[in-house]
Amino acid sequence: MGDALGEGFIRRLFNRWTLFAAMAALVAVVLENNYYLSLLNFIGIHAILVVGLNLLMGYGGQISLGHAAFFGLGAYTSGILTASYGVNPWLALIAGLIVCGIAAFLIGVPALKLHGYYLAMATLGFGIIVYIVLNEALPWTGGPSGLSGIPSLSLGGLKLDTPWRLYFLIWLTVWAILLISANLVDSRTGRALRALHDSEAAARSLGVDTARLKLQVFIWSALYASLAGSLYAHTLNFVAPASFGFMFSIKLVTMVVLGGMASIWGSLLGAAVLTVLPELLAVFHDYETIVFGAILMVVMIFLPRGLVRGILDLRELRKYKREGVR
Amino acid sequence: MLLDLQGISLSFGGVQALDDVSLSVPSGAIKAVIGPNGAGKTTLFNLVSGFLQPQEGRIFFKGEEIQGQPAHVLAARGIGRTFQLVQLFDHMTVLENVMVGCHRRGRAGLLAGALRLPWTFPEEKDIRRWAWEALEFVGLTNRAHHFAAVLPLGLKRLLEIARALAAQPTILLLDEPASGLDAVETERLRDMILALRDQGITILLVEHDMSLTMDVAEEIAVLNYGRLIADGPPRAIQKHPEVIAAYLGTDWQA
Amino acid sequence: MDIFAPLLQYLISGLTNGAIYALIALGFGIIYNATTIINFAQGEMVMLGAMAAISFYHLHPSLPLAFAAGMGVVTVVGVVFERLALRPVKDPSPITLIIITVGGAVFIKGAAMMLWGKDAYPLPPFTGNVPIYLGTATVLPQNLWVMGLTAALVLALEAFFRLTLAGKAMRACAYNNRAARLMGISAGRMVQLSFGLAAALGAGAGILIAPLTLGVYDMGLMLGLKGFSAAIIGGLGSLLGGVLGGLVLGVAESLATGFISSGYRDAVAFLLLLLVLFLRPQGLMGGGK
Repeated sequence: MGDALGEGFIRRLFNRWTLFAAMAALVAVVLENNYYLSLLNFIGIHAILVVGLNLLMGYGGQISLGHAAFFGLGAYTSGILTASYGVNPWLALIAGLIVCGIAAFLIGVPALKLHGYYLAMATLGFGIIVYIVLNEALPWTGGPSGLSGIPSLSLGGLKLDTPWRLYFLIWLTVWAILLISANLVDSRTGRALRALHDSEAAARSLGVDTARLKLQVFIWSALYASLAGSLYAHTLNFVAPASFGFMFSIKLVTMVVLGGMASIWGSLLGAAVLTVLPELLAVFHDYETIVFGAILMVVMIFLPRGLVRGILDLRELRKYKREGVR
Repeated sequence: MLLDLQGISLSFGGVQALDDVSLSVPSGAIKAVIGPNGAGKTTLFNLVSGFLQPQEGRIFFKGEEIQGQPAHVLAARGIGRTFQLVQLFDHMTVLENVMVGCHRRGRAGLLAGALRLPWTFPEEKDIRRWAWEALEFVGLTNRAHHFAAVLPLGLKRLLEIARALAAQPTILLLDEPASGLDAVETERLRDMILALRDQGITILLVEHDMSLTMDVAEEIAVLNYGRLIADGPPRAIQKHPEVIAAYLGTDWQA
Repeated sequence: MDIFAPLLQYLISGLTNGAIYALIALGFGIIYNATTIINFAQGEMVMLGAMAAISFYHLHPSLPLAFAAGMGVVTVVGVVFERLALRPVKDPSPITLIIITVGGAVFIKGAAMMLWGKDAYPLPPFTGNVPIYLGTATVLPQNLWVMGLTAALVLALEAFFRLTLAGKAMRACAYNNRAARLMGISAGRMVQLSFGLAAALGAGAGILIAPLTLGVYDMGLMLGLKGFSAAIIGGLGSLLGGVLGGLVLGVAESLATGFISSGYRDAVAFLLLLLVLFLRPQGLMGGGK
């Protein structure tokens, strides 16, 4: 690494990001199959969710067991405002962000003041409340059978209503979200966040307002979820409560754990694997619950930093040992 | 007086951890707090740094009452500390550890950092430079890009000091900085403490290593079962009858 | 008079459910006291209790036997869960433990689905289905069984904590873990005991409620969460608090069902939970720590 971190780092980063963008663009040119394109679109939407959750879990050391609810709130705010009230989809998306931000603030303030378990339980409870409301508030949400007739997004007169067009929107968003998140992690606030995960006491002794920081990152990750939700609603043109239940929250946590805690690119991997797997293996669906449970337990017992991250850590340690660092 | 504790009492579930303790630290001094295990030294540190609140008594820092203020606020006001059991950010590099120490000297928030707003670049550069300087002071620049977790204990203690220094404390609370260090490392630590004092940083020290304590401290306060039994220059402390009685039959550990 | 009649009925069903929540809440509290872990798999022990008892009853139609066997099996599951999933953890930070116990819950639920399928199974009520009339309200014998046996279990638990050596040791651990260890109490043994006890209580709750609600593989999540809510409402780790929290929650739910809408019934528990977190995080009976 050496001393020239400043310039060299930016250049390396730039290369990595342009490479990613180029690859994503190439895929769009080569792939004509709508099925694969829409599968990729869902991977992208999941990736946004997982990166957000990973910022909270992997970097902040907090856990949300109700992230599907923020996803759902975003999706339904977009859906209801556009389908029932004819609001401009982009405005509806912003409205979703505001709704989710406020909800996260209201849950986060009391729960984060307390022990680490309370946010988990509060978000879990919140997730279930939202799920119930989505099912019960028929006049607005359409109840269990869902809400249809959500218009597609459009950009400068171009309607984004084919998987191919959506692909560009979604993966551009994914690209931006990954970039922003990587920036965040490597910023003053991001360092404080990582510090908080390792030792809250030490972080506080250095002037980090840990309570505020936890709240900030919780809200931040809820905003990602809301954004993903809005994209989801306009991609599918239809939303139903079943997509936003407890099991989906667990699936997101599993994606984080699989991709590795505190790993931006791992999040992408985790999202991809667990989105593709159920599609490839039809039988997977029956075993989904038990497989997720097993992954969560086994990975966390042996590699508490998650699968990919844990393996990287082990390699790193071995490298240090080889170099003779005491 | 830079730091002034007046009649501090605190008990945990019936155990009196500190009982009516009053002591003060003059600006620019090196003061040590000694006493047998469980005498309340670490509790005292936790009170001063805002991790615990006293049940009775008042704490003044730079002439202002500070009890009741949370730890991060006190840190920002210039109270730095290290921990008895080293508390590093294990999954961050040595340099990054110290960069977190510079936290209060920067102001880029979450959004500014995520969007890399142009004005954050000079700040990042400054933080990097400050951190590097602190590493130079403790002699850890050659390990800057290693993960903190892989350092040996002696270097971990140095890193913790560098990290606390990066926050530019007025007073630095060192909680048993020499424990786990070998003779050479202890010697280095001794020089470092003196150098810090010469830079104008006030030091409050809890230490088991008596020769180090007697060497560097200008004043020593002795705690026993939560009570202050003596407070004065090292020479007077060594002859103090109550101190001798408290330590009789025990090691001069503390 | 008009409003009073349904009120009594709501009270009865509320107290019945509340008793179940109380038993689950006590399980959370016992494990929390011994380990400061919130065991998210606690609700699945309730489900396992119900399902196991139903299966045993099918093999041999004797309710007392099914009850005992169900509780026994689940106790073993609880102890084994601790041994296999929690003891080997090297980095016991809250987030790791949360994910592991959540994973355990999901795993047990998935296993139950494969074992029993998605159907709901009945368990006959302990003593018939002839309702007892209390003015305008009716009480099923099973309601009385739930309340009575819960009371008995709580009293037995209290006696265990006060009178037996193991119980006293557990209380010592909860009060001061380090001092207890210094006095030669094996913390590991206590942790194991706490998981066993909590699982047994959860199983008991599941078996008691099964005749009223049927047993199904996914009943654990909701019951577990409500038990947790009850524990928080009452004050985590307090025996009396857990019981009180359960009853308060049960009655509140039942009143909400009656007077507002049955659809939102399940939301009540979590609204109360969030409210308590806001206003009195130590719970009704918890002292400020």
